[in-house]
Amino acid sequence: MIPSRTALGVLGGLVALAILVGFPLAFSNPTTTTIAFFVLIFMIATTAWNAFSGLSGYIALGHAVFFGSGAYALAIGAEKLHLSGGWSVFALVPVSGVVAGVIAVPFGLVALRTRRHTFVVITIAIFFIFQLLAFNLGITGGSSGLQTPTPLWTAVGYNQRFYYVAAAILVLTVAMACGIRYSRFGLQLLAIRDDEDRARGLGVRTRRVKLLAFVASAIPTGMAGGVYAYFLGQIFPQFAFDPLFDISIALMAFFGGLGTLTGPLLGALVLESLQQEFTLNFSAGSLYLIVYGALFLVVILLLPRGVVPTLSSLAPRVREQIRRRAEVPPPPDQARDVA
Amino acid sequence: MTALLEIDDVKKSFGGLRALDGATFSVEEGSIAALIGPNGSGKTTLFNVMTGYAQVDSGDIRFRGRSITSAGPDRVFALGIGRTFQLTRIFARMTVLENMLVATQRHEGWLRSVFRAAGSPSERERAFELLEFVGIAGLSSLPAGNLSYGQRKLLELAYVLVADPEVILLDEPAGGVNPSLINHIIDRIREVNRAGKTLIVVEHDMQFVMDLCERVTVLDQGRVLTTGSPDEVRSNPAVLDAYLGGDDEEEDDEVGAAVLET
Repeated sequence: MIPSRTALGVLGGLVALAILVGFPLAFSNPTTTTIAFFVLIFMIATTAWNAFSGLSGYIALGHAVFFGSGAYALAIGAEKLHLSGGWSVFALVPVSGVVAGVIAVPFGLVALRTRRHTFVVITIAIFFIFQLLAFNLGITGGSSGLQTPTPLWTAVGYNQRFYYVAAAILVLTVAMACGIRYSRFGLQLLAIRDDEDRARGLGVRTRRVKLLAFVASAIPTGMAGGVYAYFLGQIFPQFAFDPLFDISIALMAFFGGLGTLTGPLLGALVLESLQQEFTLNFSAGSLYLIVYGALFLVVILLLPRGVVPTLSSLAPRVREQIRRRAEVPPPPDQARDVA
Repeated sequence: MTALLEIDDVKKSFGGLRALDGATFSVEEGSIAALIGPNGSGKTTLFNVMTGYAQVDSGDIRFRGRSITSAGPDRVFALGIGRTFQLTRIFARMTVLENMLVATQRHEGWLRSVFRAAGSPSERERAFELLEFVGIAGLSSLPAGNLSYGQRKLLELAYVLVADPEVILLDEPAGGVNPSLINHIIDRIREVNRAGKTLIVVEHDMQFVMDLCERVTVLDQGRVLTTGSPDEVRSNPAVLDAYLGGDDEEEDDEVGAAVLET
């Protein structure tokens, strides 16, 4: 019997969860766990981004605002509260999320008045305003950045703690994305993507729906930024508010498949681990950009909708073949004809 | 009978063009009203201001005695006025069934949508019934973008019906549809009307209008020229003039009559 799609989905989710939990136990080498941690950070950000941009079709290139604000919120919070490291700093991660969510409200109110290309440009413009602020405000420490407390943990299991915190945020983010996708709210976002004015004429409160989705996607991004800042131990404006972050998460989602649940995860897994590999092994920090470019050419030429949608449109054909094989094999003389 | 919808001296200009220049008419509850007129006479603009897609410059639009003049499309729909578009607007990358579920929130607060599934079993059942009603239930799992033009018209009618509006505005329901489907559409519209809905139809196909509608309102240059039964309108010389450019010659009137007959 061929299992149903839902059953396959649940099974896949459980397997993925087992891998997520088991990975640092199986590979405890610090280099590997560092890469794994960065992959998780990008999985969170890409999934969150996709929950808004992938469903609504509003391609936002300013989510680094939320990532950076989350990072600064944690650093500033730890400084003000005189936290000296350890688990208590992680308690500030939800604060990072809230700060990002609060910033998303005025950001969204301004940017979501526009559509398509204008929206993309406005998000980029707002991003640069925030980067400029981070360079110049007193509270952010300007270009010398901020330190986050250094946890006095032994090297063994140091990365794992960050890894599991990120993994927990990822699970919550995926759950949120899943919930949005299968709620009527998600359906309304898809309707906005296809024809926003028509959706309004069918009673969809488009402005509120868009703004809520925007805020919802900002929160996990901010939390990821907070964990990231704590992990690095210090943050600078150009890394917390990094235009490449915006491009990367969008490209990861495009690579895996815009608007799908697994696409952003796959995209972040492949592209972020590639990038980290290159940075570590060839010590050429921007070599990955060339690889990115090449990879994208391949994806756009061969799988223009992204990896996941293309593969899943192949799935019915594959199933059909499996079903045919499972049936009683034809007698030998007919088998030749079939072949 | 009571007037369900009243359009009172509505004016709307686009730059120097006066699309609506003091249009006034009303629609009675439970009727099928037609809105006809030459190209550019303001029919679609009137639909747009009635459904919140355009704002009037002056004048008032009332639904059950309540002004809806400045309400947006979502608000107008929530009050119970649904519409279709001349060039059908469906959600092309969503399935036909998903299209049907977009309008289900009419009777609930918008925030409620976040915490419920895209369609409850009863909503899906209702959506299927309506798809069966218009005759495209077999296509429910296809992306709506794959539908033919006529099927899109039917889908657009069906997904407006999902929310159970009291008034439905149909912008050229027969435009560009093959003749065998037109009878099916007329039939469905009558059925909807029998269920108690008020319909306003903009249409160029005169036969369609004459078959279907009890009252016909003729628009010309943004103003209401006349309102009456199909026969009255057909024999009104002013209507013929409007269609042919205001020439009084007998010859033209005959041509005009022929145009309206077809």
